[in-house]
Formats: sequence, C-alpha cells, structure tokens
Amino acid sequence: MKEIQIFLFIFVMWILIIVGGGLLVSIVAPMTINGYGKLGSILDSGVKALIAMILVVVWIFTLSKIKNWIFHKQIKN
Amino acid sequence: MMLDKIILAILVSSMAFFSVYITTPFLIKVLEKRNLTVKDYNRVGGAMVPRPGGPSILVGIFASELTLYAFFSFSSVEILAIIITTSIAFVVGLIDDCKVLGGWFKPVALAISAIPIILLGAYNPHLSFPLFGFVRIPELYIALIIFMIPVTGNTINSIDVLNGVASRFMIITSFALTASLFIIHNYDIALASLPLGFVSLAFYKYHKFPSRIFPGDSGALTLGAMYGALAIVGHVEIIAAVALLPAVINSFLFLSSVKRIIEHRQIKSNPVTHTDDFKLMATTDEEAPITLVRLILAGGPMTEKQVGFVIFRLAIFSAVLAIVTAFMMGVKI
Repeated sequence: MKEIQIFLFIFVMWILIIVGGGLLVSIVAPMTINGYGKLGSILDSGVKALIAMILVVVWIFTLSKIKNWIFHKQIKN
Repeated sequence: MMLDKIILAILVSSMAFFSVYITTPFLIKVLEKRNLTVKDYNRVGGAMVPRPGGPSILVGIFASELTLYAFFSFSSVEILAIIITTSIAFVVGLIDDCKVLGGWFKPVALAISAIPIILLGAYNPHLSFPLFGFVRIPELYIALIIFMIPVTGNTINSIDVLNGVASRFMIITSFALTASLFIIHNYDIALASLPLGFVSLAFYKYHKFPSRIFPGDSGALTLGAMYGALAIVGHVEIIAAVALLPAVINSFLFLSSVKRIIEHRQIKSNPVTHTDDFKLMATTDEEAPITLVRLILAGGPMTEKQVGFVIFRLAIFSAVLAIVTAFMMGVKI
C-alpha cells in the first residue's frame, strides 16, 4: 500500500510535467509583446521567463501539497 | 551504414563494460592498501568499504567515449562536450571525497562543469515537450544547461545511500535514455549514451549488496553529470527528467524538509535507524529529513536488500514512463 502511494506520486509528477509543458508551448510561447521598440524583444523574453518561473514555483507548490496529502500518515509515522 | 553502427555500439559497450570490470578490483586493492575506506553503517559489524570508485567509472567512460571521438567523426562536438563536462564533474567529486566542503560547493562547481557544453555550442535551444511540440528559448536554455548538470549530479549523489542503489538506478535510467534516443531517431547520441549504462552495469558487480566498493562523490557525480550532458546534447531533457523521477522525489523530499541546501554529512538526525536484528527502520525523530528511503520504511522495517528492490521497481516504473514520453514526442495534438 505504501509503495503504491510512491508510484502514484511519480505518476502525478509525470502528468504535471506534461500539463506544464502543454501550458508553456500552447499558451506562453505564442504570446508576443509589441510597441516597445528595441526593448520589445527583451521585454518579451523577460515576461515569458517570468511566467515560466512562476509555473515552476506553482509546480513545486502543487507537488508539495500532493506530497503532504499522499504521504500524510507515513510522515506522521 | 546501419551495420557499422551496430558494430560500433557493440565495440563501445564492450569497452565501457570491460574497462570498469577489469580496473575496479585493482582500484579496490589500491584503496584498501592506502586505507581509503569508510564504514558501512548498515552492515552487521560495520564493515570497512573502499571509496571512491569514481576513478574506474571515469576510465570506462574515457575508454569508450574517446574511441567514439577519435575514430568516428559523427557528433564529435557533442561527444567532446560530454567528455569534458563529465571529467570536470569527476574532479569536483574527487575534491569532495578528499575534503569536507560546504553544501554550496558541489552545485556551484557542477554549474561550472556545464560551461563546456555552452562554449562548444553542443546544444539546441529548443525544449521539446510530449504532445505539444517545442519552445525556442535561446537565453533561458543557457540557464537551463547551467541548472541541469548540478541537478542531475546531485540527484544521483543523493540516492547513493544503500549498497548498489545508485549504480543499479543508473543502469535502468541510462538504458531508458538510450532507448528513448533511439525512439526519437537520435542514433548518434544514443550510441554515445550506451557507455553510461554499461559502465554502471560493470560497477554494479562490485557495488551490489554487500558492496566491495562505494562510488563516492566522484563516482556518483560523474554518472549524474554524464546523464545530464547526454540529456542536453541529445535534446531529451524532459524524457531524462521523467526517467530520473524517483531520485528527483528523494531530493525534493529532502530539500522540502530541511528547507536549505546542505551536505548529507551535515545532517544531525539520521532519517533511518536499525532494529535489533539490524533491519532498516524509519526514525521517529521529527528533526530528521524526509527521504525516499524513510518513506519506503514508513510501512515497517525492511532489510537493506528489500529497500533496494523497492527503489529498483520505482526506477523501472519511471523508465517505462520515460519511454512512453519518448513515443509521445512523435505525437502532436
């Protein structure tokens, strides 16, 4: 039973990687920021990098919550 | 052409395997003679085990990768990047084997070992995801390279806690990576990745329970850094991360419980203790970090071999997910 929960955690991590990649490719990457002249491309890259970093933080936060939920009893042990 | 590559695959795999298989017993003797041994706390009586096994691992990698580099012209820049990055990681590990250094030393030094990949231009700044395609991230990809080598190096190092676990884990993950490279038709880097699996396989012969040698930081960082370098030059970053998930969980659990980057030897409370019959048991100490082994043992005491077998099953599961991910790379929705 305990082992199954670790397998489940790995599976959830895998799903989160695929979903996160999907968000990056289909929503974040096509975004463009125009109207700022030469600064436009730097701003564009900066905003995308910032969104990617926020996604990573959200990913870690979500994993942390799932970890606590799945392993609650084990950690208490 | 295909026959040439099959012959080459057999040649480099044999060189990688037999170099480690033959040199490791000599290394064991040298380390024992120089009294370079550490106590195996999980063994009854606490046997002294020679460490580090990194030099024989590096010999195997050098013998096979240099053969590929010297005699075959394909992907020479990529192979050179793998060799240099892996060698620097080995030196970093060897320094850490000889001297006790701060928790930040290894991540920073391993980040430096990633620089040859950037300087040689042995990368493609596209990050490919299954089902959705890829993103082009020229600036961000440089940061990813510098981040990835310390992560893979330290992740393999952090799972090197029981007899045979790190080398067996590397056998499974690296062969999953090789299979994935073949699936996405990156045959050249697939060939360059074969030595990692065969070096790990040969080292496992001496590292399995009861260990006759420990890889040490020089061995674990060499294997981890080579894995990371292969993932970058082979453009299989996501697949490599999936295959590594059990070790990633271990690092994630550890970091989220200690909340800072520290060396394992700096931990005051051990996450695992022993029963009277010398089985491994999860500690009840709340100060102790949460690790993968502690979680496995939360179900009850187990022998070292049994814990190793659970990690083996987890590695197989992740390897299957990695190969599924590789097939999904060819599907677009």
